[in-house]
Amino acid sequence: MRCSRSIEALLTALAVIALAGCTLQPPKPWEKGDLARASMRFDADPLETKLTQHIYQSKEGAGGGGTVGGGGCGCN
Amino acid sequence: MRLRPALVLVGLVYALSAHAAAPGAAAPPFALPTAGGEIVSLAPLRGRVVYVDFWASWCAPCRRSFPWMNELQARYAKDGLAIVGINVDKRREDAERFLRDTPASFPVVYDAKGGTPAAYDVKGMPSSYLIDRSGNVAAVEEGFHDERRDEIEARIRALLAQH
Repeated sequence: MRCSRSIEALLTALAVIALAGCTLQPPKPWEKGDLARASMRFDADPLETKLTQHIYQSKEGAGGGGTVGGGGCGCN
Repeated sequence: MRLRPALVLVGLVYALSAHAAAPGAAAPPFALPTAGGEIVSLAPLRGRVVYVDFWASWCAPCRRSFPWMNELQARYAKDGLAIVGINVDKRREDAERFLRDTPASFPVVYDAKGGTPAAYDVKGMPSSYLIDRSGNVAAVEEGFHDERRDEIEARIRALLAQH
């Protein structure tokens, strides 16, 4: 009896965890209209971003520019 | 016996995440309004080859797919092809603006709530479902690729040839 109760508790916990996973769903492919709006861009002006990236790339090219992630050693 | 409610709950939670419109399966039915309020539903189209296209105003490839679907409509409607464009925009004005720039010669219906794309388990925009004369999904096309046009058209011709 005790064993079955603990399995029951486990299954209930599993169900609760599975349901909790449903609370924050990423938007479905057909729900991305708002994300596609121009005001949702990270940058204000695509041309300015391009120019800034170009300059950064030319200055920091030896270290990989903006494309290489640093390892956190402080040497790159 | 005390296990039963918990088991049922677990089963229910996992059962909720199944079902899709895969090739060979019956196409999920829909009945959606056009801009004029006329209802277009899948059931009366049984006996025809149906090309269901999910699109949105913010989807760039959709813009390119419309002229092609207009061509298909012009070429194969008389042979029994029916094209239905299902718009999934939240705001009707966005869809109307799109249609002003990119007119459609086939019926366009609106599903702002997204029930139909959910039933078809749409994986990306645009997505198209080719449905044969007996109402089963024959092919699923994700995205719109110019190089796939001929293959889809051949597929449509083959389905139209079946009676």
